[in-house]
Amino acid sequence: MAGFEPGSLPDLLPLYYRRLFPYGPYGRWLSYGVVVKNYFQRREFSFTLRDDIYVRYQSFNSPQELEKEMQKMNPYKIDVGAVYSHRPSQRNTVHMGAFQAQEKELVFDIDMTDYDDVRRCCSSAEICSKCWTLMTIAIRVIDRALVEDFGVKHRLWVYSGRRGVHCWVCDDSVRKWSCAMRAAAVEYLTLVKGGSETVKKVNLTDPIHPFISHSLSLVEPYFEEYALVGQDILGSSESWEKVVALVPEYILCLLREFPKKRDSVQRWELLKKKMEKCKPSHAESEIMLQYCFPRLDINVSRGVNHLLKSPFSVHPKTGRVSVPIDLRKLEQFDPLAVPTISCLCRELDTAPEEEDGEKENEAEPEPKRRTRDYKKTSLAPYVRVFEQFVEEMDKSRKGELLKKSGRDRGGDWAGQFIPVFNHPDS
Amino acid sequence: MEFSREKRLKARLAGDRRGDLYPHSLQFYLQPPTENISLADFENFAIDRLKLLKVVENLGVSYVKGSDEYKSRLEREIRKLKFPFRALVEDDYDARRKDHISHFILRLAYCQSEDLRRWFIQQEMDLFRYRFNELNGDLVEKFLKYVNLSYGAISKEVKEKLAVQLLNSTPGLSGAKVEELEFYKVPLQDAMDLFRVRRVYLLNAFAYVPQTDIVAIVLNNFRTKLSKALALTARSLPAVQSDERLQPLLNHLSHSYVGPDYSIQKNIGKISLEHIDALSVKSFPLCMRQLHKALRDNHHLRHGGRMQYGLFLKGIGLTLEQALQFWKSEFIKGKVDADKFDKGYAYSIRHNYGKEGKRTDYTPFSCMKIILSNPPSQGDYHGCPFRHSDPELLKQKLQSYKIPPTGITQILELVKGMHYQLACQKYFQLTQDVDDIGFSLNHPNQYFAESQKLLSGGREVKKEPSEPESSQQKLSSQKSTNSCSIPISSNTEADTELEGLDAYFTED
Repeated sequence: MAGFEPGSLPDLLPLYYRRLFPYGPYGRWLSYGVVVKNYFQRREFSFTLRDDIYVRYQSFNSPQELEKEMQKMNPYKIDVGAVYSHRPSQRNTVHMGAFQAQEKELVFDIDMTDYDDVRRCCSSAEICSKCWTLMTIAIRVIDRALVEDFGVKHRLWVYSGRRGVHCWVCDDSVRKWSCAMRAAAVEYLTLVKGGSETVKKVNLTDPIHPFISHSLSLVEPYFEEYALVGQDILGSSESWEKVVALVPEYILCLLREFPKKRDSVQRWELLKKKMEKCKPSHAESEIMLQYCFPRLDINVSRGVNHLLKSPFSVHPKTGRVSVPIDLRKLEQFDPLAVPTISCLCRELDTAPEEEDGEKENEAEPEPKRRTRDYKKTSLAPYVRVFEQFVEEMDKSRKGELLKKSGRDRGGDWAGQFIPVFNHPDS
Repeated sequence: MEFSREKRLKARLAGDRRGDLYPHSLQFYLQPPTENISLADFENFAIDRLKLLKVVENLGVSYVKGSDEYKSRLEREIRKLKFPFRALVEDDYDARRKDHISHFILRLAYCQSEDLRRWFIQQEMDLFRYRFNELNGDLVEKFLKYVNLSYGAISKEVKEKLAVQLLNSTPGLSGAKVEELEFYKVPLQDAMDLFRVRRVYLLNAFAYVPQTDIVAIVLNNFRTKLSKALALTARSLPAVQSDERLQPLLNHLSHSYVGPDYSIQKNIGKISLEHIDALSVKSFPLCMRQLHKALRDNHHLRHGGRMQYGLFLKGIGLTLEQALQFWKSEFIKGKVDADKFDKGYAYSIRHNYGKEGKRTDYTPFSCMKIILSNPPSQGDYHGCPFRHSDPELLKQKLQSYKIPPTGITQILELVKGMHYQLACQKYFQLTQDVDDIGFSLNHPNQYFAESQKLLSGGREVKKEPSEPESSQQKLSSQKSTNSCSIPISSNTEADTELEGLDAYFTED
C-alpha cells in the first residue's frame, strides 16, 4: 500500500472519478427516496481543487449532474453540507435571510489528535495499530448510545482517511434536528472535559447514569490490552506519574510502591486494591475513562450547515479513500490496510480481463462497465458495506410508506399485501 | 321569578357547552378568543391580568418559587382578581374566560419590544408553572393530552423492569420515590434540557421523565409556543394599533403602570424650597436624588432630566411659582441669564403645569416609563440608575451614600436579574431603615409619598402583615387622601378608581 505520492493526484483522480467512485449508491443515499421535493437539488457540496482552490455552495439537479461535474473538476476533496431552503447555487437570487440551512445528517468527527495527552505511541496526525484501539472503543461506545438511547436506525461509520473516524446519522427525524438538539446530544455523550490546563478530566458522582455504566462495560474489556500492555501507562515513572496525578489522595503511597512492581498490569492491580480498601470512589473508572473514552468535537456536530468530508473522498495527504467501516468486522478493521488511490489505480490496470472481455466491455454502456470496475479492486468490500447501508434505508422507507398507506386505508389493504420475497413459490 | 328561573336554566345549559370551551383551569392560549366584548371589559380584564403578573414578578423575587409562602400569597391574588383557580368547570367558566381574553389582550401590548416580550413570557411562565403544579392526580395526564403533548405515563410493570435505570438516571430520587412517582415517556426532542445533562433515562428515542420534571418540559413547550406567537403578533400589530379605541389603552398598558398618576397634587404647597436638599437625601428615589444633585452641581439639566425631575417635583406638591423660582435660581448660577430663562425654560415649565399650549396637565413619569423609554446618553442624568448606570458606578454611588455592603450586593444581584424596581425597593428599605417595604414600587412619587409617611409616623414599620393592621392602614391612607385632596381634576370617575388603587398599593 506504500508508494502514494500526493503529486500524482492529478493523474490518479480522473481515473478514480471515472471508474471507481460509487456514484450509484451515493446518489441513492443523498436522494433519500426522492420523497421530499428537490431534496438532492438543495444539498450543498463543496470541492477543494488543485492549488487549494475551494468552491462552496455547489448544487446539482441530479446525481448524474453531480457525477459529470466531479469527472470534469476532479476535486482533491469533496465535502457534503446541508440541505438548504433553496438551491445553493442560486442563493444569490434569494432574499437576504431567506436562504437558510434546513436539514442535515447528524455527524460526529473523532480525531486521534484529541487524545494526544493520553497516548504515548504516536502524536498529532500519526496513527498505529496500538492507538487505533481508541477508535474502536469510540465507535462501540457512541454507536451503542446512538442505537439504544437515541433510537437511531441508520448510521454510517467512515474512516476519515488519516487519523480518525466520522459518523453519519441519517434517520429522517434526526436530519431535522436543530443546532440545540445536536449540541445536547454531544453533551450527553461527553465525559472527558477540560483542556491542557485540566489534569483530571473525568469526574463521576453518584448516581452513575446508565449511559456511563454501559460505556464503562464497553471500555473495560479493552483496558488491559490497550492501556496497560499497548500504551504501558504504568510502565515508567514518567508515565505513571501522570496516572497517579488523577488520584491525589494516594499519590504518596502509590509512588512509593509502584517501583516494587514489575509491570503496568501489576501496578494497576495494586492501584485497584488501594481504591477498594480506602474509601468508595470512582477513581478506577475515572482513570479508565480519561485514557479511553471517546472525545467528540462539538463544533463539527452542532452546526446544521457544517461541511464534512464525503465518504469515498480521497485524503489528499495520505491518498487513502474515506471508506465505510463494517461494524460486524470492527475488530479487524485496519486503517493502514485501507486502499490508497494509487493502489486502486494500479489494481485497475493489472486486473485480469474476463473471457471475451474486451469486446463485451466495449459494447456495454459505461455505467455497467464501471459497476464491475470497482469489483476488481480492494474497494469492493467497502462499497458493499455502503450499498447495504443504502438498501437498509430504502427498505425502511418502503416499510414506512406501507404502514402509512395501510393506516390511511383503514388497515385492510396492508393486511392483503403479500410481500414479493415471501411468495409461496419462491 | 319566571324570568330569573329562565335565566338559571339557560345558564346551566350554556354551562355544559361552555365547559367544553375551557375544560381545564389552565391552557396554552393557542386559540384567540372570538367573541365580542365591551371596551370596559377589554380594559378591566387587561388591567387585572397586569396586576396579577406584577404580583407574580414580585413574589417570584421575594419568595422561593413553589414554597408554601409563595403559593398561598399567589393563590390569594388569583382569587381576589377572579382568575381561574382549581375550581370545578361549572363554577369557573367566567374566570377561565377572563384568563383567556386578558392573556390575548396583553399579548398586543407586550409583543412590541424584546424587553417587553421577555418580561411577559417570564411572568406567564411562572403563572403557568404555579397552576400546573396545582393539578393533581390524573388531571396532569388529561391536561397533557388536551394540549397534544401525549406523554403517556408508563405502567407499573414497565417501571419495575426499568427501576434500577430510572433510579440511577434521575438524581435526587430514592427507590421509594421512584415507585411512588409517575414516569412519563417523552419523545427525545421535548426532553432536550434534561437529557443534555444526563438527568433522565433514555431508551430508544424516549426519555423517561418523572412527574417532578415533567413541568420543565411542558414549560419549555409553552415558552416556545408563546415566543413564536408574540413574534407573529408583533407583525400584525400595526393593524391593531390603528384602531383608535384600542391604541391609548395598549400604549398605557405597555408602560404597565396602573396606579395613581400623581397628577392630582394632593400636597400642594406642602414642600418648601429650603427643604428640597434634605428631602432629596431622605425621601427621593435614587433617580431623583441623582437628578437633583446634577442640577445643583452643574446648574443645568438637559431636556430629559428637566422633564423627569420637573414633573416629579410637581407631583410632590411644588407649585408653579415655586418651580419657576427653583429652576431659575439654579440656572442663572450657570450659563443662563435671567432673560433667556424667562423666554425659554420658563415657558416649558408652565407648559408642564398645563398653563400653556394644549393646557394638558402632564403627569409625572412612572418607573416603567423611566426604565423603558428615552434612555440617557452622555451628559444626561435622567433615567433609572438601576437600569441605566454602569453597575460599578452604581456600586460606588451606593457606597458613597453609606449603604451597607450586604445591601449593595443584594441590590446589584437584583439589577443583574433586571429587577430594577425591586432593586429600588431594596434601596428604599435600606435608606428608610425598614425590613419590609410594604408596597409594590411603581412610581417615583409613590416612593416619596411612602417615605414621607414613614417619617411622619403615618405608617408603622411592620414585619409580618396581619389583617387588622392592613385594614387600619387602608383607613388611615384614605383619610389622609381625603383631607388633602383638592378636586382639581374634573374626572370624578378616575378619582374613585384611583382611591381604590391607592389602597391596593399600600396593602402588602
